[in-house]
Amino acid sequence: MHVGLKTAAATASFMMLAAAMPAGAQADELTLCWAAWDPANALVELSKDFTAQTGTTMSFEFVPWPNFADRILNELNSGGKLCDLLIGDSQWLGGSAENGYYVKLNDFFDKEGISMDDFAPATVYAYSTWPKGTPNYWALPAMGDANAWVYRKDWFENPEVAAEFKAKAGRDLTPPKTWDELQEVAAFFQGREIDGKTVYGAAIFTERGSEGITMGITSALYPYGFKYEMTPGKYDMEGAVNSPEAVAALEKYKAVYKCCTPPGYSDSYMDQGLDAFKSGQVAMMMNWFAFWPGMYKDENVGGDKIGFFVNPGQNVEGSTLGGQGISVVANTDNMEGALNYIKWFAQADVQKKWYSLGGSSCHVAVLNDPSYPTSSPFAADFLAAMNNVKDFWQEPSYASLLQAMQKRMHDYVVADQGTAKEALDLLIEDWTEVFEDDGKL
Amino acid sequence: MSLTTAHSVIEPTRTSKRIAGAIVVAYALISMVPLFWIFATSFKTPPDSISYPPKVIFQPSLEGYCNLFTTRTRQTREYVDALGPATTLCDEITRRRNMVIAGPSNYWPRFINSLVIAFGSTFLAVSLGTLAAYGFSRFKVPLADDLLFFILSTRMMPPIAVAIPIYLMYRELGLSDSALGMILLYTAVNVSLAVWLLKGFIDEIPREYEEAAMIDGYTRLRAFWKVVLPQATTGIAATAIFCLIFAWNEYAFAVILTSGSAQTSPPFIPTIIGEGGLDWPAVASGTTIFLVPILVFTILLRKQLLRGITFGAVRK
Amino acid sequence: MLKTPRRLAKKVEGLSDRAVAWLFIAPTMALLLAINIFPLFWAIGLSFTNYRANRPNEAIANVGLRNYERILTDPDIWIAMQTTANFVFWTIALQTVIGFGLAFLIDRKFRGHAFWTTIILVPMMLSPAVVGNFWRFLYQPQIGLFNYIVSFFTGIPPSSFEMLGSVQLAPWAIIIVDTWMWTPYVMLICLAGLRSIPDYIYEAAEVDRASPWRQFWSITLPMALPFIMLAVLFRGIENFKMFDMVNLLTGGGPGSTTEVASITLKREAFEKWRTGYSSAFAIILFVAVFGLANIYVKALNRVKQR
Repeated sequence: MHVGLKTAAATASFMMLAAAMPAGAQADELTLCWAAWDPANALVELSKDFTAQTGTTMSFEFVPWPNFADRILNELNSGGKLCDLLIGDSQWLGGSAENGYYVKLNDFFDKEGISMDDFAPATVYAYSTWPKGTPNYWALPAMGDANAWVYRKDWFENPEVAAEFKAKAGRDLTPPKTWDELQEVAAFFQGREIDGKTVYGAAIFTERGSEGITMGITSALYPYGFKYEMTPGKYDMEGAVNSPEAVAALEKYKAVYKCCTPPGYSDSYMDQGLDAFKSGQVAMMMNWFAFWPGMYKDENVGGDKIGFFVNPGQNVEGSTLGGQGISVVANTDNMEGALNYIKWFAQADVQKKWYSLGGSSCHVAVLNDPSYPTSSPFAADFLAAMNNVKDFWQEPSYASLLQAMQKRMHDYVVADQGTAKEALDLLIEDWTEVFEDDGKL
Repeated sequence: MSLTTAHSVIEPTRTSKRIAGAIVVAYALISMVPLFWIFATSFKTPPDSISYPPKVIFQPSLEGYCNLFTTRTRQTREYVDALGPATTLCDEITRRRNMVIAGPSNYWPRFINSLVIAFGSTFLAVSLGTLAAYGFSRFKVPLADDLLFFILSTRMMPPIAVAIPIYLMYRELGLSDSALGMILLYTAVNVSLAVWLLKGFIDEIPREYEEAAMIDGYTRLRAFWKVVLPQATTGIAATAIFCLIFAWNEYAFAVILTSGSAQTSPPFIPTIIGEGGLDWPAVASGTTIFLVPILVFTILLRKQLLRGITFGAVRK
Repeated sequence: MLKTPRRLAKKVEGLSDRAVAWLFIAPTMALLLAINIFPLFWAIGLSFTNYRANRPNEAIANVGLRNYERILTDPDIWIAMQTTANFVFWTIALQTVIGFGLAFLIDRKFRGHAFWTTIILVPMMLSPAVVGNFWRFLYQPQIGLFNYIVSFFTGIPPSSFEMLGSVQLAPWAIIIVDTWMWTPYVMLICLAGLRSIPDYIYEAAEVDRASPWRQFWSITLPMALPFIMLAVLFRGIENFKMFDMVNLLTGGGPGSTTEVASITLKREAFEKWRTGYSSAFAIILFVAVFGLANIYVKALNRVKQR
């Protein structure tokens, strides 16, 4: 083998040179980081207007959900300069505010006349404030979101199917209103032949690595009346986290997983759910509102074939909060440009276009518009869901809390270890340890 | 290593040869199936890729490659039609699915990062390794065995364990997510392989060559440069390719120490997703492009492979 | 060839051998000190603290041996160690048997064996992360090729089992991928071992009328043993460190069924950011692999001397 050493050396030195060149952003460049999903691509389309107006080049760094928290928190933590703007998850607010990763936006809002009253109060509370509910703003609500459901309307309205369900269940086949009904409907569809294909009941979240199964299970826990603490702010979890309602909710979730999911749904989150639903495998799918605009436009299962419903209640109404605010990363080299982008993004007409392209605006100009509830088949559901949303811990230690819940829930639901009560007891132990390490207990 | 030397006397019987050949060929073909499937999937459309049962015969499409290099957003038919005629092939393919190309994807920047970091670290590791290997091969170095073993042992540590302090150190030095940081790290990991391999190669070059040159008036350094290096070219090239392959394939350090600016392909490729669901054709095309250089290297290197993978412990 | 710059050359060329030796070795040593040794000591230092890398504003307290104590008494850590041991054991067992078998067959030198050997070697050159990731697709119960092929040969419906989702099968799913990738490695080393056996030993055995079976057990296997052991050593170390493939295939799931030590370490260090605690775990892992490798090398040397 003869590889020209000289050539190799020359190539290598050239490469080194290229590597050593500064790759940092120039003043008229901004990098926006977000998760890789439909709304992010819509934002790329929307941001072309910003570039046209200001001449600022926008680049984007989209990370898939399962890696999003890991990657971006790692980046913030390492003091990197990758992101100027970040659309970060609601649970990150605590840590990012306390560690100084985000710029506090109060002064900027005051100076530019951006009022938080222009955004729906629930979204401001969830996506902007830390400590929770205080007028300390670390982000501008960018993407309102909650967990919800989509179903195959064409299957539900198929006369044969509907008649059979009525005969079996003694009621009409309609989108479920409670988790009991949800299980009943899902079990009914499981293994049924429709259009010559075997279909399954429901696609739910069971992902282990990031946050999937927690987001799925809390969608059952909240409607059963789950609380994180007996007294808010006291971290007294015994009796709340492992309440009989919580146990019932957990057992229900496992029952739905065991009876009514497609084969291979042991590690599924948004993407796997979408795959299953779009390929016509499942009757119902749990997923975020963020996907509904794209889903409705889908050429195979979009339009009239599908309908949407709010996360079913049980003892109370409740939905798991999703969604993000847009923040300026404290480490940015282009603070002015980044703030400019937020100022541009906060305008009512930009927000309207954002909504029309498939984003989920939190601006009252969009949400309070009389035509909003009928603007899409899921807009009314979205308003209903946002009235009853709950979020996971937003503590600075949220990642440890989340990891513990992921492990305990996956061990119980998917890996069949122990009972629901045991899983929740272990979870309290894990969480107690985290709060003790933090000096909060 | 030569794959063709034969034992002279004990020639296996013809039948036994045939059976052996059949089993080996069967194994080779089976082990190629996943790779063939990656290649085939890269030319499928997304619906074909997730069809059930899996499609072996399908209409080839470039959609996977288009999706690999672009980000797209789904819009209404009216919006798409209002845009004017499609300008590229990918434009056309994308619009057929009611989607618009929003911009380029990050695949090429990551691929270039991979090139820069792999070549940069290989160049450094081989340069340093050649010098050190010569030093260990030709001179009495106090504690040489211990030093050599120490060099080797740095490779035994789990990468995640090594990454913890490196992460903190790079954060202090401002090397987080930088190509320079990754080059230095991969150089440090590779130099252990380089020293061991190259020491073996240089040991095989007779000392008499340099000694003769030095009697002719060459200094030690000139003798090294003019006599030893040219003799070691093959070994150096082989070593370089091994270092290159390691740096090209490395994942654990990259996933933890890079987030964007210096991210390489291995942590990036698994995160390629399409609209909503996973876009397996795009992942497959990204994988295919990424694997091609390695296939070429494997063929170039097949005679040196054994030596490389055993740190020079097995030479033949 | 490039010319050494004149002035520098004059200064440098008169150097004594001793100086040249140090000049040549020092840069490598310096790099290793900076990137390997210094961080290692830093990690040892951190392992006695409660430091968290994501809380820059918090005071660091010395906690003595508490991190070590917590790790060694944590049942979850021991489960992770067992999972790792299981993985290492089964991958090595399978790879050694198949790898040696293949080498033995290739050593029959049928026509085209060199070509097919090269083909077999391909998987081990590829990136475990990138290719491992694709196996996730192959393992999909309905759309993936793996279940379909199994179903084709056994008649079991393809969607009736989940390689990555079931607690029983997931460990085997990663063992299969690792075996697919790394059997060629063991094969290559074994092949070298078989080729190193001089023909005259077989000739002597033929003269003694030893059966092929006896020849295999008394000549082939013992003489190839040091090579097999070397392959086992390298695979053992590599698989003890295993992170990329498992991280992409199962991420440690379902539940914690395939959570090998490196995955646990990654979660503690870079998701929960318990830097002090995970440094202690890293040191424990390093001591374990280093210790085991040393014992093994001693055994290997004894076999070689025989």
